Amino acid sequence: MANKLIHAMYDDEQKLLAAAKALVAKGISVKDVFSPFPIHGLDPVIGVKRTRLAICAFMYATTGTVLAILGTWYFMVSDWGGINIGGKPNFTWYENAPAFVPILFEFSVFCGAHGMAITYLLRNGTLPGMPATNPDPRTTDDKFVMEISAEENGQFPLGDIENMLRSTDIYELSVKEVEA
Amino acid sequence: MSNATNQFQIPAKTKTWSFILMAIGAISLGAGYVTDHSDHHQYWWAIVLVCSFFFMAIGLGAMFFYALQYAAEVGWSSQVKRVFEAMFGYVKIGLPIVLLVLVCGQLEIHHLYHWMDHTTMDPAHENYDAIIAGKQPYLSPWFFWLRAVVYAVVFIGFSIAFRRWSLEEDRQPSVELHKKQYRRGALFLVFFAVFSSTIAWDWLMSIDTHWYSTMYGWYIFSGMWVTCMIFAVLLVVWLKGKGYLPNVNKSHLHDLGKWMFAISMLWSYLWFCQYMLIWYSNIPEESKYFMDRRMTGLEIPMWIIFFVNFAIPFYVMIARDAKRNTKFLTRVGAIIFLGHFFDLWLAVVPGTNHTHWHFSGWFELGSFAGFLGLFIYVVMGQLSKAPLVPVNHPYLKESENHHI
Repeated sequence: MANKLIHAMYDDEQKLLAAAKALVAKGISVKDVFSPFPIHGLDPVIGVKRTRLAICAFMYATTGTVLAILGTWYFMVSDWGGINIGGKPNFTWYENAPAFVPILFEFSVFCGAHGMAITYLLRNGTLPGMPATNPDPRTTDDKFVMEISAEENGQFPLGDIENMLRSTDIYELSVKEVEA
Repeated sequence: MSNATNQFQIPAKTKTWSFILMAIGAISLGAGYVTDHSDHHQYWWAIVLVCSFFFMAIGLGAMFFYALQYAAEVGWSSQVKRVFEAMFGYVKIGLPIVLLVLVCGQLEIHHLYHWMDHTTMDPAHENYDAIIAGKQPYLSPWFFWLRAVVYAVVFIGFSIAFRRWSLEEDRQPSVELHKKQYRRGALFLVFFAVFSSTIAWDWLMSIDTHWYSTMYGWYIFSGMWVTCMIFAVLLVVWLKGKGYLPNVNKSHLHDLGKWMFAISMLWSYLWFCQYMLIWYSNIPEESKYFMDRRMTGLEIPMWIIFFVNFAIPFYVMIARDAKRNTKFLTRVGAIIFLGHFFDLWLAVVPGTNHTHWHFSGWFELGSFAGFLGLFIYVVMGQLSKAPLVPVNHPYLKESENHHI
């Protein structure tokens, strides 16, 4: 069955936020919002769950710390142990631990930051070369689009939804038919 | 919001408690003086220095943060601005107390500062110490006391002026006055940038006269900043619990919690940088500071305090929910507040007393309680003297709508 997607475009993120609040109050569910930048306070309105990216970042960074401990131990103690650097021969890891802390720190940051960035791009489908999913190229510039699925709001006739959207401070309205 | 709730009344119980704490402090200091058998009651004086500097530093940290809010044109913090004002109100009382300890040193009532004994700089004298004599230009009494007077004038002067302009704004809305605060805030930061380091060199680092570290000023500064943020969090949570500050929401607490978390990391970073560089290069004149602590059996306590002040805030406060939860904020805050007190103890006592000290527990904590009582008494007095939320601050609305 074909579904209809309603794309309501706004020229200001505050107008979109006010419209989203008004529509949600009337019982409409908003499928998604496309914006060139994060809109403050929108997530709870349209029911987007809190991101778990921070938890990922912590796990990536912890992985980095563990790898750095293993690495420093293998390179500096196990494989080439006993080298005397500044009067501090590397016979054990713990006795030289202060020297390894900067490496632990840097590698944790490296893994945390890269892991987080790659996860973010993958999850959003915005890695270089991936097809764009935003309905209108202007949402990467200065326009904001709210997407409403007719199927998800089956209890409202399409015309009603459009009228509700027209009553908000809208810039442009379009309906697109998609294969479900 | 009615004006009645914006006017803070000191609860009778809090006043009583601050007096009880001060009484505990007075008894501890009295009993500590009698039971302290170190030479010239050196350990007693060291504890007085630690306590007086610790609480004065909270005031200085608050003043720095306050000036920073103006210089950076920060909006969210305007709802809690008076809390910081109240905290730096203690500077004009706390700084003279530290000065009093220094004067006693100059009068040779105590010998916390070895270099204050002028015979160490006299080549003919048996006490002659070439390293101390080499620092004579910086540590000569007239220059030292000139700096002390300049610190007192600048810090107390700015604390009184900031408060006066802030109260003036309450009576009369004026953007001009706000811009003046902005310029004066920036000016204060210029002074503070230099003096926060030199005050730490003069009053704390010079205890270990033979030693110096370029990290030290920043390390003490980050300690004063983090203790100030902890106290601000505790005070805001307490005031909220009493029904004041109605417009302070979870986002304000979150931001204050972020500062507490971030500055704990800054402190850990500086502490470790200082340690690691000295440990690695292993030059006697540098490693002396840590050797003094190792020789007096304080190496393990030193690491415990480092890990308490670093790992507890890091692992507990890293989560967003923890920073928005008053229970986590206050408990972690209280632990690292004490942690930083003992950190300052570790920075002072091994230098002043070497092995001649006896940690009794009740004396140190009792003196801490006494100064805490005084600090609370002064802060409460300052809070009650003005509307708890500024009336005409231009960013009040922004702060009211603060949402993260």
